[in-house]
Amino acid sequence: MFPIKGEGALLLAIVFGFVFGWLLQRGKVTNYNVIVNQFRLKDFTVLKVMFPAIIVGGIGVLALTNMELAKWHVRDANMLGTIIGAAIFGIGMVLYGYCPGTGIAAIGTGSIHALVGAAGMIFGAILYAFSFEWVRANILSVGKLGKVTLPQIMHIPAWTLYGALIVIAIALFVWVEKRGR
Amino acid sequence: MTQQQSVHSSGRLAGRWSPYIVGIGIGVLSWVVFVVVAAPLGITTSIGQIAGGVVSPIVGADTVAANAYWRTNAMKLDYGTLFLIGTFFGALASALVSRTFKFESIPSVWQERFGSSKTRRFIVAFIGGALAMYGARMAGGCTSGNGISQSLQLAVVGWTFLAVMFVSGMITAAIVYGGSRSTVSGEK
Repeated sequence: MFPIKGEGALLLAIVFGFVFGWLLQRGKVTNYNVIVNQFRLKDFTVLKVMFPAIIVGGIGVLALTNMELAKWHVRDANMLGTIIGAAIFGIGMVLYGYCPGTGIAAIGTGSIHALVGAAGMIFGAILYAFSFEWVRANILSVGKLGKVTLPQIMHIPAWTLYGALIVIAIALFVWVEKRGR
Repeated sequence: MTQQQSVHSSGRLAGRWSPYIVGIGIGVLSWVVFVVVAAPLGITTSIGQIAGGVVSPIVGADTVAANAYWRTNAMKLDYGTLFLIGTFFGALASALVSRTFKFESIPSVWQERFGSSKTRRFIVAFIGGALAMYGARMAGGCTSGNGISQSLQLAVVGWTFLAVMFVSGMITAAIVYGGSRSTVSGEK
């Protein structure tokens, strides 16, 4: 029965996207101030959304793969490309005030500057496509670790890592909530 | 914290759900997409594809077809692109239903620091969007594809992305907004 492919999946794409956009808007991560203030450590909304998403999502997906209802979709760790790319991304996210997903959602909430930034995203993608061959040869080729996970390289069971993440998240959010951030 | 509270109680934050609940919701959505369509949440692959379609009339379809990136990421109305469209409409519907839809050219945090020039805000938003997209493509995903979908699988690529992105963002925010000391008026 699953996974669904073809036209059924296309219809579901709109439904799942709709739910995702709805959740982002309700979480207020479609708001420039909320995103920028996370990086200024004044408002921890972004981490309050991301940590539960990672922990709840991860534990569920681990259980589902154990039951053979889902497969892993771990991507290659090209370390140099990931590090340089993430560094550029962090600069861009603060200047834009959104990440790509929340930017698209923010347009739906009426943010004109998110729309302008989306045009910038198209421009950035064009630049990437035209520099792709050089990037692939000189950056993506450095530090290729393959489809590795933290449990594999740390030799710690996944359940233990999820447990540690829960402890870290609770400690962080207790601290954050006490300070009203 | 008075500034913070006034920001939070303003109109654009009405209808807010607990961010923890929203995060749990995104986690549960991840279960569903892993099982039902075997396609983790992601955004920037589709934007990369759309860019090929946008630039095609300018540089010519042959140039796009011959490009090493677009050859494997051609523009099409596929799962990822429709997910993107759904994301837009979901946020739009939520904003309309909660009566928080509002046109915004200059957010208040930006305005307090850089004033009310729309041109200035738009130029920086454009550059920021371009950098975010370029970086996301090089890293293989954005906050959704890497930060959530890969990190929830405890993938090395996801956690590396998250750690570097946050450090880079905090340094950028410190430069742009003048260090950890608040520049927001009225705040201690």
